[in-house]
Amino acid sequence: MSEKSPQELYQERVKRCLDVAALKVPDRVPVFGPYQLYPYTFAGVTLKDAMNDYALAREACHKFQDYFQPDLDFGPILAYPAPAMELLNIKWFKWPGHGLGNHTMYQYVDSENMTAEEYDEFIEDPSHFIMSKWMPRSFPPLQGLSDWPAIRRFMWFGWTGGLAGLASDSVQEALRNAAAAGEELGRWFDSIVQYADEMKAKGTPQLYAAFDWAPFDIIGDTLRGTREILMDMRRRPDKLHEALEVATRIFIEYGSGAAGADLPYCWIWMHKATRNFMSDEQFKTFYWPYLRKGMLALIDKGIIPVVYCEADVESRLEHFADVPKGKVIYHVSTTDMAKAKSVLGGIAAIAGNVPNILLLSGTPDDVRAYCKKLIDTAGKNGGFIMDAAVMLDEAKAENLKAMINFTKEYGVYK
Amino acid sequence: MKEKLVNAIADMNEKEAMHLAQTMLENGEDPQAILDAGSEAMARIGDRYDAGEYFLPELILAGDMMRQLGDLVKPKLRAGAAQRKPFGTVVIGTVAGDIHDIGKDVVAFMLDVNNFKVHNIGVDVSEATFVDKIRELKPNVVGLSGFLTLAFEQMKKTVEAIKKAGMRDQVKIMIGGSIMNEEAAEYAGADAYGADATTAVKFAKSWTGGK
Repeated sequence: MSEKSPQELYQERVKRCLDVAALKVPDRVPVFGPYQLYPYTFAGVTLKDAMNDYALAREACHKFQDYFQPDLDFGPILAYPAPAMELLNIKWFKWPGHGLGNHTMYQYVDSENMTAEEYDEFIEDPSHFIMSKWMPRSFPPLQGLSDWPAIRRFMWFGWTGGLAGLASDSVQEALRNAAAAGEELGRWFDSIVQYADEMKAKGTPQLYAAFDWAPFDIIGDTLRGTREILMDMRRRPDKLHEALEVATRIFIEYGSGAAGADLPYCWIWMHKATRNFMSDEQFKTFYWPYLRKGMLALIDKGIIPVVYCEADVESRLEHFADVPKGKVIYHVSTTDMAKAKSVLGGIAAIAGNVPNILLLSGTPDDVRAYCKKLIDTAGKNGGFIMDAAVMLDEAKAENLKAMINFTKEYGVYK
Repeated sequence: MKEKLVNAIADMNEKEAMHLAQTMLENGEDPQAILDAGSEAMARIGDRYDAGEYFLPELILAGDMMRQLGDLVKPKLRAGAAQRKPFGTVVIGTVAGDIHDIGKDVVAFMLDVNNFKVHNIGVDVSEATFVDKIRELKPNVVGLSGFLTLAFEQMKKTVEAIKKAGMRDQVKIMIGGSIMNEEAAEYAGADAYGADATTAVKFAKSWTGGK
């Protein structure tokens, strides 16, 4: 086999991943790298160090990528920038050194940062609500933003009081703190971009061109909180619907960043969609219509939504099928893949679902046998991407290597 | 009126339920009757959850209604009200390194509704704390919860610590969490994996002879 140049490899991988989404049979089953904590574990670096030292995080991801060679790469974006998080003292996060051990994935602390009485404020002017309420509640050093003047009133003679408000001591202090955190975040983003460029030079595209969150989760995750939004479906459905309309516009804005990328995958984190969280009736009333509407808008911009389900979604497959053909990828986690293929085959590509426990406690032979079954069923005539069921924290290297290499050998379409 | 209250709670008519409870108190009814109505409604809610009619939102709302009823009647409640003997005691928590609590709290709630004495010891619980709590509370059943894949290892460590403390034979251990399965239970050395709260209740009942 002749050695391919990195440029050829890059083009080949992009094409493979575009083809699979479009339901054209690709040259072989694409394989994602299941990320999260694992690349750092593999490289022998603690997450705490990776979050504090951006160069170290890049180095670890290079090491992981060079050894395993999945088709696409997440890179160090999941090693969040601890120095910026410390400057902001985020209230709804715990991370290594801040409530969690040195090598534990950072985690979200469910919290209510928008009260039931504040729905109208959010609906009428989400930007002002985020600036003056959500920011100070999330980031104590930005407390002064609670005095932030409403920009919508700056017109005509409003600018006089508005600009005076911007100059107040409290707002100025908050802006100084925000700028310090912003500079740190800039260094982190530079590192992310540098890494993507380095990977492109090696022949590997990035897995995401934008990140997004389903509209229901935009409201539920850090605004209302999980418990509150679930009760809101019964307590104040009308307000929730209004807020979800707003969130759908925000969803489209988030995802639109993927437009024009070589591989315009918009990675959508799906948090509260499963039967564990709500009934089918609730799903089709509150969750799905807004996500679908948002995805259709992204598809119109040439973007490929990749919906990362993170749990068994068998009961939602019929809804998922209601999208244009060959435009969406569903990463269906632990869902029965034969079932997923039978419902979504010919409509949308599916990704997953090698059990994480198998990658940790099984043998390479077990992994190969599982992957063979997946390729034979879910991979029939394309429309399938190999990956772990959920992002990987722990695994045996030989098992992960078996998953990736076996897919490259056995997953070739003839 | 009590039956109306049971229906209102069970049907998720929160405003009506609170209004009825308030009226009952104002009419001088026994506060215990209000709590009894709550328990009766919870049993019905549990049945509807088992039947797939109710889901997490209803359980959370039910829990919140019970809290409100409790706040309402507690100041007027006489001490020493008769209580049913629980089927058994359960210690439940999310293992160390993991701070996810929603699934675990639902299981705790359903066990409580199903007449278990439940000690919900929170999230990020170290193996040492599990051991201490088991020693202190002498549960029949231990529930280990975890959402992250790191929980595979941590559950294993926790079970090993319980074994090392010589208490493995005294408790049945069940695990749960969205990416858990039978294999994960075996890996951890637990007795069972439950995919949902209903299954957890079933296991707990089968181990304690509860009906």
